[in-house]
Amino acid sequence: MSSPASTPGGRKRGRNTNPPTPSSEDPTSPPSQRRRGQDSSTGDLMPMPTSPATDILSPAAPQDTSLLSSPRPSVPPNEVDMSSPLMYGTPSSRIEGTPRSGVRGTPARQRPDLGSVRKAPQVDLHSEPPSADGAVASESNAGQRLVIWGTDVNVGTCKEKFQRFLQRFVDPTSTEDENAGLDLNEPLYMQKLEESDSHCTMVQLTCYPQEVIPTFDMAVNELFFERFPDSFLEYQIQVRPYNAVKTKSMRSLNPEDIDQLITISGMVIRTSQLIPEMQEAFFQCQVCAYSTRVEVDRGRIAEPAVCRHCNTTHSLALIHNRSVFSDKQMIKIQESPEDMPAGQTPHTTIVYAHNDLVDKVQPGDRVNITGIYRAVPMRVNPRQSNVKSVYKTHIDAIHFRKTDEKRLHGLDEEAEQKLFTEDRVQTLKELAAKPDVYERLSSALAPSIYEHEDIKKGILLQLFGGTRKDFSQTGRGNFRAEVNILLCGDPGTSKSQLLQYVYNLVPRGQYTSGKGSSAVGLTAYVMKDPETRQLVLQTGALVLSDNGICCIDEFDKMSDNTRSVLHEVMEQQTLSIAKAGIICQLNARTAVLAAANPVESQWNPKKTTIENIQLPHTLLSRFDLIFLMLDPQDEAYDRRLAHHLVSLYYQTEEQMEEEFLDMAVLKDYIAYARTYINPRLSEEASQALIEAYVDMRKIGSGRGMVSAYPRQLESLIRLAEAHAKVRFSEKVETIDVEEAKRLHREALKQSATDPRTGFVDISILTTGMSATARKRKEEVTQALKKLIQAKGKTPAMKYQQLLDDLRGQSETAITKELFDEALRALADEDYLTVTGKTVRLLA
Amino acid sequence: MPSTHDWINDPVGVVEGMFAASQSNPSSGWEARAVEFFKDRLKEKDAHTLVPSLNDIPMHYLKPNSLVKFRCFIQDMFDPEFYMGVYETVDPATQAKTLRCGKYKDVTECGVDFNSKNTVTAERQTFYCVPIPGENPWVKERYANSSQARVVPSTSYVPSRQKRSYEEDDDMDTQPQKQREAHAGPQSPTEHHGNGDCKRQETEAPSSQMTSASHLDLNFPLPGEKGPSCLVKVYEDWDSFKLNDMLEVYGILSVSPALSALADEKDASSNLLDPTESMETAEEQRVHCPPASLVPRLHMLYAKQLQHNNPLLPSAATSEDNSAFLASTLSEMPSVREELLAYLTHVLLGDALAAEYLILHLISNVYVRRDVLPLGKFTLNMSGCPTVASYTERLYQIIQQLVPSSHYLGMSLQNMNQIRLVPKKDYVANRLVSGALQLAKNTSLYLDETQLEQGQLDTTGVRNVTALGNLISWQKVDYDFNYHQMEFPCNINVLIASEGRSLLPSDCQIHLQTQVAPSHLEEYLSTMHMLSQASSQLNKFRIYLSVARLLDYSISDEVTKSVEDDFVDMRKDDPQSISAEDLHRMLVVARLLSLSQGQTSLSRDSWLRAKHIEALRRSRMEQHKCVNGNEP
Repeated sequence: MSSPASTPGGRKRGRNTNPPTPSSEDPTSPPSQRRRGQDSSTGDLMPMPTSPATDILSPAAPQDTSLLSSPRPSVPPNEVDMSSPLMYGTPSSRIEGTPRSGVRGTPARQRPDLGSVRKAPQVDLHSEPPSADGAVASESNAGQRLVIWGTDVNVGTCKEKFQRFLQRFVDPTSTEDENAGLDLNEPLYMQKLEESDSHCTMVQLTCYPQEVIPTFDMAVNELFFERFPDSFLEYQIQVRPYNAVKTKSMRSLNPEDIDQLITISGMVIRTSQLIPEMQEAFFQCQVCAYSTRVEVDRGRIAEPAVCRHCNTTHSLALIHNRSVFSDKQMIKIQESPEDMPAGQTPHTTIVYAHNDLVDKVQPGDRVNITGIYRAVPMRVNPRQSNVKSVYKTHIDAIHFRKTDEKRLHGLDEEAEQKLFTEDRVQTLKELAAKPDVYERLSSALAPSIYEHEDIKKGILLQLFGGTRKDFSQTGRGNFRAEVNILLCGDPGTSKSQLLQYVYNLVPRGQYTSGKGSSAVGLTAYVMKDPETRQLVLQTGALVLSDNGICCIDEFDKMSDNTRSVLHEVMEQQTLSIAKAGIICQLNARTAVLAAANPVESQWNPKKTTIENIQLPHTLLSRFDLIFLMLDPQDEAYDRRLAHHLVSLYYQTEEQMEEEFLDMAVLKDYIAYARTYINPRLSEEASQALIEAYVDMRKIGSGRGMVSAYPRQLESLIRLAEAHAKVRFSEKVETIDVEEAKRLHREALKQSATDPRTGFVDISILTTGMSATARKRKEEVTQALKKLIQAKGKTPAMKYQQLLDDLRGQSETAITKELFDEALRALADEDYLTVTGKTVRLLA
Repeated sequence: MPSTHDWINDPVGVVEGMFAASQSNPSSGWEARAVEFFKDRLKEKDAHTLVPSLNDIPMHYLKPNSLVKFRCFIQDMFDPEFYMGVYETVDPATQAKTLRCGKYKDVTECGVDFNSKNTVTAERQTFYCVPIPGENPWVKERYANSSQARVVPSTSYVPSRQKRSYEEDDDMDTQPQKQREAHAGPQSPTEHHGNGDCKRQETEAPSSQMTSASHLDLNFPLPGEKGPSCLVKVYEDWDSFKLNDMLEVYGILSVSPALSALADEKDASSNLLDPTESMETAEEQRVHCPPASLVPRLHMLYAKQLQHNNPLLPSAATSEDNSAFLASTLSEMPSVREELLAYLTHVLLGDALAAEYLILHLISNVYVRRDVLPLGKFTLNMSGCPTVASYTERLYQIIQQLVPSSHYLGMSLQNMNQIRLVPKKDYVANRLVSGALQLAKNTSLYLDETQLEQGQLDTTGVRNVTALGNLISWQKVDYDFNYHQMEFPCNINVLIASEGRSLLPSDCQIHLQTQVAPSHLEEYLSTMHMLSQASSQLNKFRIYLSVARLLDYSISDEVTKSVEDDFVDMRKDDPQSISAEDLHRMLVVARLLSLSQGQTSLSRDSWLRAKHIEALRRSRMEQHKCVNGNEP
């Protein structure tokens, strides 16, 4: 019978070299005999996967060949006649008109993923005619004795356990619809299995997957048809377990994992074309037209030398059309970059997908694969007696799970949840409980960069991010949860270094330089794939850093064109593309960490932020925090800085080691908080936020200007949430708001101080002009108007002369720009027009 | 042959002997013992010089299955493979079963019993190794001379074809082969592979494909490199090796023709029924199973990570030996430094300051990384290089004589737009296609920017310039893995020769002030003497430069304090005069200056001297800025 033992892996472990244990019933009897007696055989035939492998090893004689062809699912000939001329091609092409019900009528699909010649033996079981209850009882009795070869898998117990588990699971959700229901629910089986006491079944499943899974298949089908006797299924249900206990990285696979159920994660790098793989060869005698079938054994077909019917030698010819093929695809998986040790190249593994799983994944997909790890010796060269002593390894896939499937849609895609060990979680929680965790973490951030504590704190909050909120029902769409930060300051204040550090710290970081990136490089571009000649969308840095941080250096050197794409990303967190017939909106929920140099290469303290960095204020207002990194130039600072730098150059290895650990902890800490902590505002916190906002507005209103806008309130909320995340707190409390306020003020103080008055003025960022400047403009305009009116009825004036006159009249210096602006303001009032060098009055 | 050398000539025999002996005593740990045995043998005085080296002895002189060594560079790491560690063979005549050892071998004996329960599957890793890229001729020569291995062309091995190296082979064989093929073509185009008689054709088929791109196939990082590449099979501890490591591998050479035969067979698409093999592309086959005559397999018994590839230094088997050697040279260092300074001053047209900086550059080394920041790198931009009489190239030749490995990269527009600097993963062939920036540590990369002309950089060019910029600023190269990039740290000394300020970033820029009038330059250069190849002075320089790099370094608390004071004082006088970045540079200069004088800790004097030369350099920059105002 088709047996697990006939796969090469099984051989290697030497399971089958054991002499067949003569169990009480007839599994060891010649299969041919069994085939005949099948219908009348008793229930003990059930644990079929036991097969005398020794027979298979010498498939020379004709009768041995017939031994090889395992009894196919015995179905009444009028239903599925496998040898009928109509039945050819891949099994999936067989569709029948006759309605069937019950296991008996439903063809079992082959499971090439389990073994080369495996066929589910459950039909044999059901061909017995006893009443259901009695059968179960007798089975479990029989099961006590029947153990699959070379293993300790007790079929009866195993099946019973699985059925019990299934029943426990199925009952609570009895709404399932006949076909899809079970498929959908399948994933839960494993969890349930774990919960239930059948833990040993789990162990058996991982160790002997090719024996246990068919047993599961059997159990599921039995149960299904028991519950839905009238249902119609095209094929029998197959069990596809996933998330095996032995979840491994590709690197840690070793010879002990051969033939075990494993789950590995990786990235698909190549897929082959569909390969039809022969499962069963159909031979016909040229002389007497007698036909016979030979199953593929280990990739080979033993051609029958003699026709059994007419005893002619070498008369049999292969009929391709009537042979049975199954689909197969080779997929290459590469280790995901996160799992790799530094300084090594990624490993690749070959995966074979069968039947349903063909074409389920594309190159570039990140997947978790559950399958059976196989090793096959290199082919023996017929002309050479020695063999290459190397095995080829591959994985027969049973289940794929795409880890980035929901990347483009869906809000909470924490699909690739990082798994934390209990110990790790404990350590992290202990760390979180410390009162100074915030300070600790911020000082662990880029320790080689000196001081700038507030900036580091800001970046720390950015790493944690706020809570995602969905207001799409009220029409507002998603609220931005990411904190955007702009660093600006003198060259050589290690801004780039800070960016590099952040880029290296976060899993989905992107680093670009404003000078070298174009708009398409940031967003997405359409190109023709050289292989498939299809247009494909290549995503740029912003899309790639979805759920991560996009670090943009030399922000000021970016072209206006490029910068404009950031507007949408930085508030709506999406990216709309209309290129080459592809119109779509991609998610770009990325936090932006940008660094800009002042225009005059040195920061001019006499100018405002806007004037110093010459960025459009529309963009600036989208940054939650704008920090200035300036050289403070005071002695104490210098001394500490010098000490810090010098110590960099002679610190010992151990100290370095310590620090490295910190970085790993920091990484995990952030990942944990981002995944599991979703703080909500508490009542007090909301009050505190309201107060803070009102206060901010008040500061401005006293002087006739507005110093806060709703955007600032949103920033405050985000920062407070992030701070709560740092504490691993599910609730945003007043202390979080306090810190958010402090940090926000600190950043404002640095960036939005009006150099003329020394006050904090948010309008510098929101409108690009401080309130004082606006007031001044107003004054000049009025003065100019007065001047013109005083001149009386002169329809046209010389530009230069007017400027000189105004300058002479005013006590303060009037720049040409100021004058131009005043003129423009008057032109807007339709009071005058400016043409070239002349100013004409209207009306 | 004296019997003591059996372990060199027949290491397989030694291993098998141990394996056989272990059968009676299963817990003996014969594998560890075997490795230990070879290690001990190699420790004996000069024993390692007796082992023939793949680097300098043509492969056809080496006996298959003998012990060889290979000084190499890990260019790529293939997937681990499972092999039969122990297997059983059945004698077809007597049915007698024998246990055999599959370790350190590629091919099994006849009659393997696949179903034996004694089979043990074990795992090994394959590295693709090439000779150290950019290794200078003097290094190769010196290593070859120090070898005492006597190579007798073996008689048992009949290298009728292999006696020519494969490059000659290509040149000579392509022509006749093509003709032959033309003959054979019309007659039996389909039987080409199936016919047993045309064996010769079969083996030649791959080599004719290589004619156009033989170096590309062997995947050397730098163009124009020669030498054998090797598939090194590693049996233990493979995690300790990293890509781009320099190794000296001692292992068993395996050139079994069976390997190539197996590889050839696979090209024939006769195995429709064998899905495992039809799935691999021909490219992949060619890369992973190249003919053993071109790319031999080396089964590693023992490997030594090389800290340097300077043959004049002890190879640092143990750190104690090394420190003794370092101590002995330490005292001479100041005097050698003077000589070297004089020589370099002469070379740099009488500019002593530039010579000083050049020395500092040559001994610089990334000694530690603080999060993302590499410390100790000292990229020098030497601006103001005369463009006459190919001065920059001459300068490179001199550097080439001083350092063990170096590479000259002319930054001409064409070069920048065409060459591949960054290694890229080729998923079809499943290998890492090398690029010019895949270099071993402490390689000197010499960028000649004087070759730059006006024109436009295309996409490749921009990417190449970015890669160079990243290399200089962060000492890392982002290898292109198509779906993502992977960062590989490196440790490459970059020297940029340019006319004006370089377009690339640099740690330090020095403007060359020639003491030679432009009119006399040509004449001066022609008389500029190159030191003769083997001169003892040159050797002294070579040792000096390598040793200075290996020294430890520390700063005492006292000096730390005074450095801090200095910094604060300087800032007090004029905050603009010195920034944190300047302090960084000054600390590096001070470190290198101390090391160049053989001092392992920073002294007050060295610090002052570092400050002094930095001041000189800066004043020169200022001056220069004033002279041509268009300089940024």
